[in-house]
Amino acid sequence: MTTSIKNIERTSRKQHYQDVIFGLISQLSALIVLFVLLGIIVSLVINAWPALKEFGPSFFLNAQWDINREKFGGLISIYGTIVSSLIALIIATPLSFGIALFLTEICPAFLKRPLGVAIELLAAIPSIIYGMFGLFIFAPVFGDYIQPALAASLGKLPYIGILFSGAPNGIGMLCAGIILAMMILPFIASVMRDVFEIVPAVLKESAYGLGCTKWEVARHIILPYTKAGVVGGIMLGLGRALGETMAVTFVIGNAARIMPSLFAPGSSIASTLANQFGEASPGLHFSALFALGLALFIITFVILSLAKLMLIQLEKKQGKKS
Amino acid sequence: MKFTLNKTLSVLLLSATVSFNASAAEITGAGSSFIYPVLSKWAEAYKAKTGNNVNYQSIGSGGGIKQINAKTVEFGATDDPVKADILKAKGQVQFPAIIGGVVPVVNIEGVKAGEIKLSADVLAKIFQGVIISWNDKRILALNPGVKIPANTITVVTRSDGSGTTAIFTNYLSKVSAAWQEEVGSGKTVVWPATSTVSGKGNEGVSANVNRIKNSIGYVEYAYAKKNNMTYVSLQNADGKFVLPDDKTFAAAASGTDWTKFPGMATFITNASGENAWPITGATFVVMYKNPSDKVKAKQALDFFNFALKEGKDMALNLDYVPMPDATVSYIEKTVFSEVNAK
Repeated sequence: MTTSIKNIERTSRKQHYQDVIFGLISQLSALIVLFVLLGIIVSLVINAWPALKEFGPSFFLNAQWDINREKFGGLISIYGTIVSSLIALIIATPLSFGIALFLTEICPAFLKRPLGVAIELLAAIPSIIYGMFGLFIFAPVFGDYIQPALAASLGKLPYIGILFSGAPNGIGMLCAGIILAMMILPFIASVMRDVFEIVPAVLKESAYGLGCTKWEVARHIILPYTKAGVVGGIMLGLGRALGETMAVTFVIGNAARIMPSLFAPGSSIASTLANQFGEASPGLHFSALFALGLALFIITFVILSLAKLMLIQLEKKQGKKS
Repeated sequence: MKFTLNKTLSVLLLSATVSFNASAAEITGAGSSFIYPVLSKWAEAYKAKTGNNVNYQSIGSGGGIKQINAKTVEFGATDDPVKADILKAKGQVQFPAIIGGVVPVVNIEGVKAGEIKLSADVLAKIFQGVIISWNDKRILALNPGVKIPANTITVVTRSDGSGTTAIFTNYLSKVSAAWQEEVGSGKTVVWPATSTVSGKGNEGVSANVNRIKNSIGYVEYAYAKKNNMTYVSLQNADGKFVLPDDKTFAAAASGTDWTKFPGMATFITNASGENAWPITGATFVVMYKNPSDKVKAKQALDFFNFALKEGKDMALNLDYVPMPDATVSYIEKTVFSEVNAK
C-alpha cells in the first residue's frame, strides 16, 4: 500500500519536474525569437548610425547616391521599392480575387484540387527562377510587343501618358512590377481562397435564393464578410514584394535615378543592397546601405503589423457571427 | 557499452587526424572574376604537379580586397590596383598576374563585329549621355560608308562594383577631361546618361546588350568572345583604329614599365603604341608581407611562381596575355622576396 503511494508520489514529482523543464525550454525558444528580432533591429540601427548622423533624417528624402563622393540619400531606392510593389499589387490583387472566387464558387469539383495545388506550387518557385525567366524570356517579349503597344495606347493619354513613354527596353520599373505581381499572386490568391471558404454557406444560399447573380453574391456577401482577411492577404503579398531581391535585381535595370516613365530603369532597396554589399568596405557607404536596410525593415514591419491586426480583427468578427 | 563508445570515438578521431595529415595543403584566395577562368586552369595544373589545392573564390575585386584585409585568405585578386600608400600602411605587397582587355560592345541591327569605329572622345560622350543617337554626326564622321540607323542609344553598365568598371572609367577619365570632372573613375560611378541600364556582372551586361537593340556596353574580352558580341574598333593613343585581341592587349602591355610605379600600381589604359588596345588592364594579386601562416604563404608564392612561368600557354589558350618575362623576374626578385614566408 505505502509503496504504491510512494510510487505515485515519485511519478508525480517526476512529472512535475518534466513539466517545469518543458515549460522552460519552450519559453526559451519563444524568447530566442524575440532576442533575434531585437538583435536585428539593434544591429541595423548601430550600423546605420554613422550615415544617419552624417545626413540626418533627410537621408530618406534625398535622391543622391554617389559612392565616389560619399553623398548618400535613400530616396531613389525607397521610391523604386514602393513603386514596383504598388504596380505588383495593382496587377496581382484583381487577378487573385478572380482566382480565389473561381476556386471557391465557380470551379467544378474535379478542377478544384489541381488548380489549388498549381497555385501553391507557383509560390514554391525560388525567386531567382523568376528573375531568370523575367530577364531572358519575359523582358524580350515585353520590350518587343507589349511596351510598344502600351506606348501607342496608354502613352497617348494626357497626364498618365508620361508613365508609358521612353525607350522600350523590356527591363525597367514596369517589368519589375509585373514579375513581382506573378510572384505575390499565389500568396494573395491562397489567402483569399481560405477566407472565402469560411463564408457561411447559409448566407450565400440565401442570396442565391433571392435571385442574386454570382457577381452580386461576391460583391455584396463574400467581400464584405471577408473584407479584413482580403486586405490582410494583400498586405502579406505587399510585404513579400517590398523585400524581394534577386528577381527584382535582374529586371529593374539598376539605374540610380528617379524617372517619371515606368519604362525607365530604377532600383529598389533590396536590389541596391544586393548589388553593392559585396563591394562596400566599412565606412559611410557601408553604413548608408545599412540605413537603407533599416528603411526597408521599417516599411515591411509597419505593413506586416497592419496585416496581422486586420487578420486578428477578422477572427474576432468570425467568432461573433457564426 | 561505454568502452565501445570510447573505442569508436578514438578510432574516429584517429582516422580524422590521419586523413587530415594525408590531405594536401590548401591555399585560399578570393577576388576578381576576370582572372578566375585562367586561375582555375593554373590551379588544376598545379594540383596535378604538386598535389596542393588552390581554392579561389571569384567574388569580385572589391570582395577580394575585403577578404585579404580581413586575413581570411592567403591572397586577394583585384583589377583595380591597390594604391602604394595603402599597401604600405597595411603591410601588403602587390603584383600583376595576368593581362586582358575591356571591350565596348554594341547591338545595332546590321552592324557586324569590328565594323563600327569609335574615337575615345566619342565613346566618352556616348557614356556621358551627350551623344544620344547612333546617327549623331560625330559617329557618322568616323564611319563613312557604314549603314547606321537613326536610333536612340541605350547605355549598359555594371550595377555591382567591379574591376571592369574601374579599368573602363580610368580610361574614360584619361581621355576626356569632361568625364574626369563630371564622373571620375572607380569600381562604381554615377552613370550620367539618362538611358543607362545596369546589369550584375559581366553576364548581366552581355545579356542586356544582346537583348536591348541599339545599346552599347563594356565587358571583359572573354565575355565578348564567348557570347559572339559585336565589339567596336577603337582609336588608340597613337590615333590608329585597333580591334581587341590578345595581340593588341600584349602591345599595350609591352609599353608599360611596371617597375616605375610604387607597388606596381598602374592601369595600362590609353597606352602608346601603334597596335595597343587602349582599354587594357591587369589583375593584381595582393598578399601580406608578414602573413600569419607563413607556410601557406610560401605555398601561395610557389603557386604564382608556377603560374607566371609555366602557365603562359594556358593563359594564351584562354585569350589572356601572360606577364612578360622581364616583369616576371622583377616580380620574383622584388615582390616575392618581400613576403616573409617559409
